[in-house]
Amino acid sequence: MQIKLWINDKEYVDDISPDTILLDFLRSKGCLSVKRGCETSNCGLCTVLLQGKPILSCSTLAVRANGLKVTTIEGIQDEASEFGGFLADEGAEQCGFCSPGFIMNVIAMKNELKNPTEDEIKNYLEGNLCRCTGYMGQLRAVKKYLEKYSDMKKGA
Amino acid sequence: MFTIDKYVVAESLEEAYELNKSKRNAIIGGMLWLRMGRKKIRTAIDLSALNLNKIDEDDESFKIGCMCTLRDLETHENLNKSFNNIFHKSLKHIVGVQMRNLATIGGSIYSRFGFSDILTALLSLDSYVELFKGGIIPLNEYVNMPLDNDILMKIIINKDGRKAACNSHRISATDFPVLTCAVANKENEWFVVVGARPMKAKLSTFNLNNNYEKDDIDNAVLKIIDNISFGTNIRGSKEYRQILADALIKRNIDEILNGGYYAD
Ligand SMILES: Cc1cc2nc3c(=O)[nH]c(=O)nc-3n(C[C@H](O)[C@H](O)[C@H](O)COP(=O)(O)OP(=O)(O)OC[C@H]3O[C@@H](n4cnc5c(N)ncnc54)[C@H](O)[C@@H]3O)c2cc1C
Ligand code: FES
Ligand code: FES
Repeated sequence: MQIKLWINDKEYVDDISPDTILLDFLRSKGCLSVKRGCETSNCGLCTVLLQGKPILSCSTLAVRANGLKVTTIEGIQDEASEFGGFLADEGAEQCGFCSPGFIMNVIAMKNELKNPTEDEIKNYLEGNLCRCTGYMGQLRAVKKYLEKYSDMKKGA
Repeated sequence: MFTIDKYVVAESLEEAYELNKSKRNAIIGGMLWLRMGRKKIRTAIDLSALNLNKIDEDDESFKIGCMCTLRDLETHENLNKSFNNIFHKSLKHIVGVQMRNLATIGGSIYSRFGFSDILTALLSLDSYVELFKGGIIPLNEYVNMPLDNDILMKIIINKDGRKAACNSHRISATDFPVLTCAVANKENEWFVVVGARPMKAKLSTFNLNNNYEKDDIDNAVLKIIDNISFGTNIRGSKEYRQILADALIKRNIDEILNGGYYAD
């Protein structure tokens, strides 16, 4: 069946099998940051934005993105590498395998929540599993990253 | 792995209903549950074009379209304001925001899962399901009906002034619950729901008159726990669940009566 969608603002028209999973479709279009970390919709590694909202691309049919806009890390390189810097400064990464999905969800959170509390941050990011760390470095990085933006807003 | 031969975005409920009559076809909600199975679906039925993705509110009720996501309910301001935040509280522990942006209320309630947090919360309220053929049925009846081929169009919640509270116990964050609980109160009437026992959520009721004593609550809770069945699975034993039920029900009652706060 035919679908048309935008991946990182570039239009794609394709003929796909109806059970094509969005994750596999995105990878076939070169978005190799999008990875599968589990088979049970639990890990969050495959997170992408659909119309700006974070979703699990491993659990979404590509046809469900028909007519819609998908964003992956490839499309927000500057924002992603900026937050990546905060992660590195806190020593928050070990193997780094969980980072693509985590970074996408942090950016979605920054866009959706205004001045979130620590509990709200934890709840928003709960669906991103990391098997190496204890999440403390990530939490410090997220807080510093959000602080930078709230300071900028205050200054403005 | 589950497969799909054909994908149809239904143009009417009649069309969706006709297609759904065949056991080889299936409605796709958020697909999270379906994708874990091995079903070979001939025609996948998509209800997204039927205007069923909205939460409508009037003076009497909320009507929630089956294609609303769990996150839509969790973040809906008036819905949460009207029922003491129980949608936010009961949904926020389910896997993650990304998952709740996909999972639908239709797929969740149609499935009537034993572990369901949201079924537990909805059963404590004056809730109904609207089925395409079956019409409007109290959720408390629907919960025990067999899974059939009707389409769950909407969830209806009457604003009857109930105060509500809910909680659950999980071994670790984002896991399935060991036990779920919701309590609601309207005048002297109390509605107590306990789920994940590990069976389907069950509603019990009791009355408390105006000059009640603490013992009256203890006795009512004891009676409820005696009258519902609990079981053992990998997440907890029957006995553990009975003890948890006592604590979770009483915390919810305390929250409603005294504003008691328990971190979750
Ligand atoms: C990893 C994982 C963990 C979970 N943990 C929890 C938890 O802790 N607590 C909790 O409460 N829930 C949990 N759930 C369940 C989840 O919240 C949803 O209830 C579940 O995924 C079903 O919703 P869906 O939209 O994905 O349905 P789908 O998978 O799309 O559909 C489920 C079934 O419902 C049918 N269906 C869908 N919509 C309709 C309709 N409108 N009318 C008739 N039939 C319909 C489908 O044909 C299918 O048979 C979990 C799910 C997963 C995958
Ligand atoms: S790959 Fe694990 S949630 Fe999508
Ligand atoms: S750093 Fe290895 S999984 Fe997160």
